[in-house]
Amino acid sequence: MGKALGKEKQMDVQKLIQEKKQKRNVTKQFEKVIPFLLLLCAVISVLTTIGIVFTLLRESFTFFSEVNILNFLTGTDWSPWTGHFGVLPLITGTLLITVIAVIVAVPLGLMSAIYLSEYASDRVRKIIKPTLEVLAGIPTVVYGFFALTFMTPLFQNFMELSIFNALSAGVVVGIMIIPMIASLSEDAMSSVPNSLREGALAMGATRFEVTMKVVLPAAFSGIVASIVLAISRAIGETMIVTIAAGASPALTFDPTRSIQTLTAFIVQGATGDTTFGSTIYYSIYAVGMTLFVFTLLMNLLSQWISRRFREEY
Amino acid sequence: MTITTQENVNIKPDTKGGQNNKEGKKAKHVFEVSDLNLWYGSKQALYEVNMKVPENQVTAIIGPSGCGKSTYLKTLNRMVEMVPSVKTSGSIKYKGKEIFSESFGVEDLRTKVGMVFQKPNPFPKSIYDNVAYGPRIHGIKKKAQLDQIVEKSLRGAAIWDEVKDRLNEKAFGLSGGQQQRICIARALAIEPDVILMDEPTSALDPISTAKVEELVQELKKEYSIIIVTHNMQQAARISDKTAFFLNGDMIEFTDTDELFSNPSDKRTEDYITGRFG
Repeated sequence: MGKALGKEKQMDVQKLIQEKKQKRNVTKQFEKVIPFLLLLCAVISVLTTIGIVFTLLRESFTFFSEVNILNFLTGTDWSPWTGHFGVLPLITGTLLITVIAVIVAVPLGLMSAIYLSEYASDRVRKIIKPTLEVLAGIPTVVYGFFALTFMTPLFQNFMELSIFNALSAGVVVGIMIIPMIASLSEDAMSSVPNSLREGALAMGATRFEVTMKVVLPAAFSGIVASIVLAISRAIGETMIVTIAAGASPALTFDPTRSIQTLTAFIVQGATGDTTFGSTIYYSIYAVGMTLFVFTLLMNLLSQWISRRFREEY
Repeated sequence: MTITTQENVNIKPDTKGGQNNKEGKKAKHVFEVSDLNLWYGSKQALYEVNMKVPENQVTAIIGPSGCGKSTYLKTLNRMVEMVPSVKTSGSIKYKGKEIFSESFGVEDLRTKVGMVFQKPNPFPKSIYDNVAYGPRIHGIKKKAQLDQIVEKSLRGAAIWDEVKDRLNEKAFGLSGGQQQRICIARALAIEPDVILMDEPTSALDPISTAKVEELVQELKKEYSIIIVTHNMQQAARISDKTAFFLNGDMIEFTDTDELFSNPSDKRTEDYITGRFG
């Protein structure tokens, strides 16, 4: 059989390879350049990060030469236009929004993920997951107006609420980060090998017991990572809170009131009539630095948690 | 154990299972399977299987790859239903109760009918937590009771001496053979009546295999064991009864001695003499 085929088409593979050899010289050069190009791409993002941190540090340093750092960190009054630079109200504003968002997003996101990974049929999952991910693609400015013109009036039916308030902004930030938690947690749970589920099911565990005692622990580090990522996102969220939460820094944990977050102040400072080189101008960087420290802490926390509780499979 | 294997292959395995089980011969059956058919989607995988699985014996299921032996085993604890498109017809009675009936919950069935898988699949937890998993989900929470169960099960799986000093270490740190015995201990911890084994030694080295085989002999005093294997010598070594499956049909099911020395079907003979498979 092989002979008959060979006679019809006489083909010498080695010869073909020899013919291609000239070209391969070019390939060799190319192979040498490739890692360098890739390294360059990687270095660019590292350099950018260093640049940002450097700028933040330099401008913050100028700010702290004018305002005492202790007053900044412990001050309870943030009214830069009258010279009060106590950052605590902005921090509580950010925390308030984040806490509300987490309360909304973690249960909803996790339960969606559990449903999608452990209960949904393939067909249902193929419909729901992309739909959920569409939520993540909506521009935040749309969310902002959704909070202001839909959520707030809705809540006002039940309670006293100022037009700008932390509650509806927080809830909508929560809605925004649901897909992040759901999708990433679902990935983590789906990658738990089926043999583990089978092992538990074969001992008479119910599906829910398998989910709670096998899948969730095994996927724990991935789930925590998704939640922390979502929290970082909530802390850094700008547009929704600028539009819906107001611009009145207040040291309060009352969600019905108008507040201001770290990010919303940066927007206000950067778009208002702030003079270049004024203390207010530099305060933007100090606030930015504060924000950066928060998200950095979150990242470190998530790394520590996922290492500490990792169940390798 | 391992040394005698060679003889058992070709010479008829006369000593095995003989006298020991004579008295238990008229013993009850754990499973009565009648007219079982099974389909994956539109593809039929099992045809009219009828089998009475004896209590406190080792029943081996042999056959070439894809003959339906694993499918059949997984039907006995309904794990086969993990595949969404599976349909079955016919009846399987576990100690007289129909396992496909509404009133017999699948969790109850699996509490009575444990399983050990082809590849060791310990949970990513400590050795202790692996073995205590089953009792815990069934509501046993007291530390003292769990300690007892864990020790008993690990002893039962002949691995206690190897792991007693490191019960809190991850089960993944153990060798493949040890992991498989941990999985057996995990199955024993809820004290089922039947243990299904799906090629439990196919991922193990010869020494670990010998240990598991030895263990099976030990376990049949208290448990009924059904073991799928593609290793005929293994079936001859450890089982009392053997079923031969081919293309979804159960060709022959009889005493192991009988099947290997005097098969009644030509296809069985061809298979056990190595003419195909």
